[in-house]
Amino acid sequence: MAGKPKLHYFNGRGRMESIRWLLAAAGVEFEEKFIETPEDWDKLRSDGHLMFQQVPMVEMDGMKMVQTRAILNYIATKYNLYGKDIKEKALIDMYTEGIADLNEMIIVLPLCPPDQKEAKIALIKERTTDRYLPVFEKVLKSHGQDYLVGNRLSKADIHLVELLYYVEEIDPSLLANFPLLKALKTRVSNLPTVKKFLQPGSQRKPPINEKSLEQAKKIFRMK
Amino acid sequence: NPKPRVMATKPKLFYFCGRGRMESIRWLLAAAGVEFEEEFIETTEQYEKLLKDGRLLFGQVPMVEIDGMVLTQTRAILSYLAAKYDLYGKDLKETVRINMYTDGTLDLMLMIAVAAFKPPAEKEESLALVVKRAKTRYFPVFEKILKDHGEDFLVGNKFSWADIQLLEAILMVEELDASVLSEFPLLKAFKTRISNIPTIKKFLQPGSQRKPPPDSHYVEVVRSVLH
Repeated sequence: MAGKPKLHYFNGRGRMESIRWLLAAAGVEFEEKFIETPEDWDKLRSDGHLMFQQVPMVEMDGMKMVQTRAILNYIATKYNLYGKDIKEKALIDMYTEGIADLNEMIIVLPLCPPDQKEAKIALIKERTTDRYLPVFEKVLKSHGQDYLVGNRLSKADIHLVELLYYVEEIDPSLLANFPLLKALKTRVSNLPTVKKFLQPGSQRKPPINEKSLEQAKKIFRMK
Repeated sequence: NPKPRVMATKPKLFYFCGRGRMESIRWLLAAAGVEFEEEFIETTEQYEKLLKDGRLLFGQVPMVEIDGMVLTQTRAILSYLAAKYDLYGKDLKETVRINMYTDGTLDLMLMIAVAAFKPPAEKEESLALVVKRAKTRYFPVFEKILKDHGEDFLVGNKFSWADIQLLEAILMVEELDASVLSEFPLLKAFKTRISNIPTIKKFLQPGSQRKPPPDSHYVEVVRSVLH
């Protein structure tokens, strides 16, 4: 029996969360090995399992994959969530990169010094309502289909819905003027695999709190 | 193959007249032997027109018009080109390796691109870090890959996007530290070998569309266009 994919990361969202979402949405069971101490981190690197000394790392199909995008693209291709041809794939990639740019701002927010946080949050909100969400609302409006690309669920929809949850966590009113995005969020959330992942007790991770941030900083020996 | 009656339009690149995030795209097209046109953004007015015309999906460049599409986002463009020109491996396992390697080299090159916009002391620090990362994190990996399989190219014994981008990264880091390959004999041989591929050799010659390292004028133009 093929082993389940094994995810190596700390016990938090970070850059691994979009991988968890994609696997879960694809209905793929996975295991997780959490990096919990500086020694765990040292060992993972010295054992030579991390190509560029970084996580995320996913053991899957006999490979030790690193680089978030490479991992996501592999999973999407394998589970048919990447469009039907290279043109659809290009659209999916373009949308995904935009989503990733906004998501990146949200991921690194906990690391922001307290005196800059308010300004960063304001920028995130502005980018959300002015740069990113209007684009996706317009895409859905332009073709009137249920999904962003090719009338079929793809990684772009899953990444976007994940992002919409984070946007909502920051400020639910940010979604107010985007009815089609709200509908997409509901639709994708109701897919059986996603619904399951959204339930308590799943492998979905909560927002980082003070305590887990301190722990992560200790593990990675960050100041 | 019979020549098409109608000439396919060349891809058209929209960016500043400098490396930035467009350079890897220029390299990939050039290496694939694909002629391309460029429109250089030099004024705010030009940029605002692109925005107003709705051609920049997220309000950003690089933007490439190709095959009837208006593509933005560097990685989306690169992946499309790699697939189109058969530089992306023969199966999914090769593709993921190419993705891992190119994500790594692109990270390194983006550090250099971003450093140009930092104040002098920070810039120097950033560039020193680039050289350190190249020597300790990235180049050892690629040296080992070449050593382990003994083949001419990084993946699947065939020229791919991963080779093009590694050469680009090597040359960029050498501009910062000419001795950076001193501990990496296989990368030295790789550099020579890939540089001699006819399309790449041509691109490396003066007068090609390859862009020079960012200077203060380039930084000024970008800053003034994007304020």
